[in-house]
Amino acid sequence: MSGAASWSFREEDASRIGALLDRLLAESSARTALLVDRAGQMLATAGQPPRFDPITFATLTAADFSANDQLARLLGENEFGALFHQGEKDSLYLADVARRVILVVLFDNSTTLGLVKLRVRGIVGELSRVFLEMFARDGAGERGRPGAGVERGFVGEAEDEIDRLFGTSGRG
Amino acid sequence: MSLINYASREVNCKLVYYGPGLGGKTTNLEYIYEKVAPASKGKMISLATETERTLFFDFLPVDLGTIRGFKTRFHLYTVPGQVYYNASRRLILRGVDGVVFVADSQLERMEANLESMQNLYDNLAQHGLDLTRIPFVIQYNKRDLPNAAPVEQLQEALNPGWPVEDPARQRLTPDPARPGEPLIRQVDETWIERVAYFEAAAVRGDGVFDTLRAVSKMVLKTLG
Repeated sequence: MSGAASWSFREEDASRIGALLDRLLAESSARTALLVDRAGQMLATAGQPPRFDPITFATLTAADFSANDQLARLLGENEFGALFHQGEKDSLYLADVARRVILVVLFDNSTTLGLVKLRVRGIVGELSRVFLEMFARDGAGERGRPGAGVERGFVGEAEDEIDRLFGTSGRG
Repeated sequence: MSLINYASREVNCKLVYYGPGLGGKTTNLEYIYEKVAPASKGKMISLATETERTLFFDFLPVDLGTIRGFKTRFHLYTVPGQVYYNASRRLILRGVDGVVFVADSQLERMEANLESMQNLYDNLAQHGLDLTRIPFVIQYNKRDLPNAAPVEQLQEALNPGWPVEDPARQRLTPDPARPGEPLIRQVDETWIERVAYFEAAAVRGDGVFDTLRAVSKMVLKTLG
């Protein structure tokens, strides 16, 4: 067992992943694609900018997927690899990527669930490969130079900000 | 695990408030929500039952602002304390960077505190995490109640310490908040480490920000 580690999402990762998401949107005619990690953090978005609060969305997506994971296990399934939420106008299709990330596709009546599913299935393997490379890179970094880290001076400045924000407000 | 997103220039850290049912975890978050400047807080989400008991989690994002070009944010979560919601608790711990254990100081809740602490240890282990190696603080809440147990008794039960194996860390380490009560000290031949603790009355806000400040600084140090 170990302590918590950090991992990084670099600009080159973002451009590789962005290109895959753009292709998915073009091929499926879906509106927006989002990647959320299982801990509830938004990693990337592509297509039409979301009209909702992305932080809240990421948290609830991760919770939704995790809860359904447990449901799958109750049924004796290893996992539900994908989930579908149908709305009157907008619908969501969620798929697992490398067991650590969730791909969310937001689409409306201008396409069909069948097409979205088909295109997602095609892209998930490619996304998984990119993420597995990223995890391997940051994991390897832990032995020597941290694979993910902030620049010198960040921690000190962040601590000052914590004192400002959590110091005085608590004494109000 | 904290995520450093170089593409969107963001650092996100996840803090989880853990502890027995009705111990004050949600109250901590509500107080933080109430007091933090509007520009620094996001929407608070509570997935609760109709009787306001936490069913899945409460969530509050708090922004530290932009530091060295990175938008820095803490995601604060609570877990449901009731024993039978263990599946939910385990899910919320996924990717955690720091933990606050909110203990209920009332004498009659001692057993529930102990059970929840053991449950925290076990659930973290299932995620491959060791409670003694991640940022972790204890908050003794409800100090304002007449039936609150003495802090010494709570410390003995919930924060007895664990042996320090790493020779580099085997040295007297003071608790910055409490002179005279070291976090690492030698007992007979063994070096023992305890975690920092805070006394609180979360309904009044006492100790809430002291606790949050301490755990968030510990998490930041793991990023450096």
